[in-house]
Amino acid sequence: MSAASGSTSPGPGIVYTETVVFAAPEQFVADAPYQLAIISLESGNRLTARIAGPRVRIGDSVAFAEYRDGIPFFRKLIAPDSSLSE
Amino acid sequence: MRAVAVIGIGKTPFGAFPDRDLRSLAVEAGLKCLEDARVTPSQIEAFYLGNFAGPSFVGQNHLAPYIAGAMGITGVPCTRFEAACASSGSAFFHAVSAVGAGLYDLVLVGGVEKMTSQTTPKVTEILAGAGDMAGEGRAGATFPALFAMIARRHMYQYGTTREMLAAVAVKNHANGAKNPYAHMRKIITMEQALNGKPISEPLTVYDCSLISDGAAAVLIAPLERAHEFTDKPVRVLGISQTSDQVALDQKDDITTFRAVAEAARKAYKMAGVEAKDIQFAEVHDCFTIAEIIATEDLGFGEKGQGGPYVLAGKTCLHGERPVNTSGGLKSKGHPVGATGVAQICDVVTQIRGEAGERQIDRHELGLAQNLGGSGATAVVTVLGAA
Repeated sequence: MSAASGSTSPGPGIVYTETVVFAAPEQFVADAPYQLAIISLESGNRLTARIAGPRVRIGDSVAFAEYRDGIPFFRKLIAPDSSLSE
Repeated sequence: MRAVAVIGIGKTPFGAFPDRDLRSLAVEAGLKCLEDARVTPSQIEAFYLGNFAGPSFVGQNHLAPYIAGAMGITGVPCTRFEAACASSGSAFFHAVSAVGAGLYDLVLVGGVEKMTSQTTPKVTEILAGAGDMAGEGRAGATFPALFAMIARRHMYQYGTTREMLAAVAVKNHANGAKNPYAHMRKIITMEQALNGKPISEPLTVYDCSLISDGAAAVLIAPLERAHEFTDKPVRVLGISQTSDQVALDQKDDITTFRAVAEAARKAYKMAGVEAKDIQFAEVHDCFTIAEIIATEDLGFGEKGQGGPYVLAGKTCLHGERPVNTSGGLKSKGHPVGATGVAQICDVVTQIRGEAGERQIDRHELGLAQNLGGSGATAVVTVLGAA
């Protein structure tokens, strides 16, 4: 199973693949639509997680944000100098 | 191992049947199958049943003797096999293995699912149980979501397009419209397929197979006895079941189903054939992307080229290698526990030359590919005229 246990931070990673779920299972109907992604972690493991905030695409860098009800959430990482380079 | 043949087939129509229960569907398919081979229930030596989630969908357990008893089959081993959407493919694999090993002569293999009595969110939740509920399932992954993530990665690595996915749906609906047993006998246009309601991006409702009720059955026997029962036995030339990790995030490369490629390699070897020899196939198009990847994993084309292959019409009814002449799971319907055996029935129907409007010209050597979950179980069967 996943590298995350629900108490420790899985650390940063890269989006390996993603989708936005419109048709949710019964227990998550209220959350839809939501973005789901498989994250390639720096540890070499992969983890299926939710995305908080702006939507991500394959190859984006993401950072672990928090656990909500045991579900790991990641957030798009904006490079510190991105505002300068644009 | 003894050579094994399919000597009888039977199916119910697939669809939404509010007035039918699980058992009556399975019994109808089973008795039609026995009638097809002119065999009586008392001659059956074992009953192998594929069913994914009867206990969750309809609250009934102990399904194999429950169904067999209603057909008049008692006093023999009756066992249910569960391998997600490959449940009845797995039942068929084990039944062929038992007959091949000489344990029995006449074995009935059934598959059934009764899905439409639940709401779509509840069905979605039950189906998600075919994945890793401690990981991907907990995070909110549905089966459409898992295959959407597979599609996204395939698009990213190989340039597969929405049009290529839609081409699978358009083709399979065109075939299913000609199949009297299909759930959705409706031709759809490329424009419709591209503009469906989003289910899990990039998949729309037209990329997803149907939630269906239905059952299918096949009767198998040693090839040496097949002509006692039928003029048109169909030989099981090669068969393999293999496995992989259940969780999608535990697979190195999600653009291929390693279990399918391995099962195909073994089934081809057993049959003494190569991929290029296969004239037609029923493949597991639970989602449009799954058919594209199946054609690659089965060796019908180069890795990554399954999209251009379908878009060019190579797999259409009168293309170079027709795929899913039944309409596939997309149009025929996908009562998950029935699908594996239904595919065998559809290949046998083509080999016998009984496919009516859907009959293809080159129909001596066909293949069925059944997939469980996001690739954790795969069954590949090569069938040929005996």
